Amino acid sequence: MRLEPIAAPGFARRVLPPLVALGATTLAGAALARFAGADAFAALGLIAKGALGTKFALMETLNRATPLIFAGLSVAVAFRARLWNIGAEAQLYAGALVTVLLGTGILPLPSPLLIPVLALAAILAGAVLLIVPAMLKLRLGVDEVVTTLLVNFIMLLIVSMLLEGPLKDPMGMGWPKSAPLVHEARLPRILPGLRLHWGFGLAVIAAFAVWIIDRRTVAGFEMRAVGAGEAAARFAGIRVPRVVLRTAALSGGLAALAGFSEVAGLKGNLTLDLSPGYGYTGIVVAMLAALNPFGVVLAALFVAAVFVGADSMSRAAGVPTYIADMLLAFALLAMVLALTMTRYRLRRA
Amino acid sequence: MSEIVEILASASLWIAMVRIASPLIFATLGELICERAGVLNLGIEGIMVAGAFSGWLAAYAGMGLWPAVAVACLTGMGFGLLHAGLTVLFGLSQHVVGIGITLLATSSSYFAYRVALPEVASPPKIEAFQNWPVPVLSQITLIGPAFFDQTPMTYLAFGLAGLVSWLLARTPLGLALRAVGENPAAVDAQGLSVAWLRSGAVIAGSGLMAMGGAFLTLSAFNSFFFGMVNGRGWICIALVVFGAWRPGKALAGALLFAGFDALQIRLQQTTLGADLPYQIFLMLPYLLSILALVLSSRRASVPAALMRPFRKGER
Repeated sequence: MRLEPIAAPGFARRVLPPLVALGATTLAGAALARFAGADAFAALGLIAKGALGTKFALMETLNRATPLIFAGLSVAVAFRARLWNIGAEAQLYAGALVTVLLGTGILPLPSPLLIPVLALAAILAGAVLLIVPAMLKLRLGVDEVVTTLLVNFIMLLIVSMLLEGPLKDPMGMGWPKSAPLVHEARLPRILPGLRLHWGFGLAVIAAFAVWIIDRRTVAGFEMRAVGAGEAAARFAGIRVPRVVLRTAALSGGLAALAGFSEVAGLKGNLTLDLSPGYGYTGIVVAMLAALNPFGVVLAALFVAAVFVGADSMSRAAGVPTYIADMLLAFALLAMVLALTMTRYRLRRA
Repeated sequence: MSEIVEILASASLWIAMVRIASPLIFATLGELICERAGVLNLGIEGIMVAGAFSGWLAAYAGMGLWPAVAVACLTGMGFGLLHAGLTVLFGLSQHVVGIGITLLATSSSYFAYRVALPEVASPPKIEAFQNWPVPVLSQITLIGPAFFDQTPMTYLAFGLAGLVSWLLARTPLGLALRAVGENPAAVDAQGLSVAWLRSGAVIAGSGLMAMGGAFLTLSAFNSFFFGMVNGRGWICIALVVFGAWRPGKALAGALLFAGFDALQIRLQQTTLGADLPYQIFLMLPYLLSILALVLSSRRASVPAALMRPFRKGER
């Protein structure tokens, strides 16, 4: 068997495979719930209700989507230029760390100044953290998949060390957590009375910004050109190393904003469980979105809904919460396969 | 200083080194086979979890230990089949499929564990492999207890390293596998099937990764718990690069890494460890991995067609 490209895929060709993938994911969810001894379709209903059914659930889903949008954008930007950044988790913590370092009282600034300063400092930290592996790749040919992955482990240990050492909250009853941010450093809520914070707004703005950079600027064109083919890009006069470093700065900065927004918008301090793997889930989000910035927003909402809904369903129906991760993995594999099937057909050799 | 000398002279350090290296050897060999055939398998971390879980479950359900190892291996091969289908047959991105498989294998193991044992506080234990001291050889000072008084799975790991090395370097199958990772079009022109060779390599390699995971539950910890693989799979990917895609060097790399890991645990208990935060020691293996990659980066031994899907007729 072999794949054969389809010259001009029709409407059905472009729409059916992704729909089949979504349907198959839903069926897989039902089968898993059944396997765990619950009523299959009742469990799926509980997931939907738990994610979107009440105002509180909806706000929870939007809040959960916020770091996923940033992480998904970070991965999408990098993967488009074929910079395999698997280190969004570390960049997220770098952003969170800087936010806490500068946001707990060192800078006596009013809110309208302090918040942008913290965000920029976080971006800078995340950018540096990815520029180093990018430099190693450019100068020495060190594979960035491995280096960025390993940096995730190192970064978590650094955070753990600081939270048990110099950053430990003296009022924290011995828990390894940082002191709370000063009031001026906190992101306000979008609507009074609702738990949704401005981190979500910032994430949506970031998606627009990435779209504009991607489609309307020379820098974005160069990034896509490098992703499409390095040799051709070089031949066209694009300075590939510079583009790779610029991509690294943008990608690392976006991931760091996830950490900034979680600390300044949601939690108010830094703990070692700030992120339950948002950096890794960002890869799933970016791929589900086919690396499209607006797609990232939708995919992050979908993924957040699955997580929040599965948490709530798990409490009600007794199906383990790991069903959420399984469904996402299934959706990821089914969707990349479906996207290929919109352009190719399988033929006997 | 005398404390460090004392640690280096103690048999327990070298025993721990070989024990820590064993699962890494299995999984590194598995990854190496995949990569020599031109497929990067980022599913390794999850496949190790699935191997650890399925091996443990089989033993917990009353199967013998060797059949449990076989169950783990078959589970890994199943995920390998999925990986091969998506990356070799459909030519999908090896990064994305690998990460998807890591997520799928990890979460399905955890899901199945929770479904099988909904309310357990401490993970149930099994009767794990016992040490098999090799007569005479295990009496040698330091080397004896380290290399010849281990569980049979450790001996299997070292044996497999020799087997894979021989297979790749000395057999027609090994030649075909190496060629498919360097120049698949040439292999195709020879009338051999690129798809079958690559798929076979990914499936066999994934089986070895799962056996590495099974070592953790059946030989090292005698129970299954969440997060027990803890990045070992990613370390193995670094070890393949460090070993320049050669089984012998990868084995040496695994021992070196494990040696540092065993050393850092012991350094934590010295006067040096009292002064420094323990996280510094835990960081050392990862930092050394990166350093090793930087130092070995100049060697151009990476398989030329690694991560390049092969589509017949396309150039």
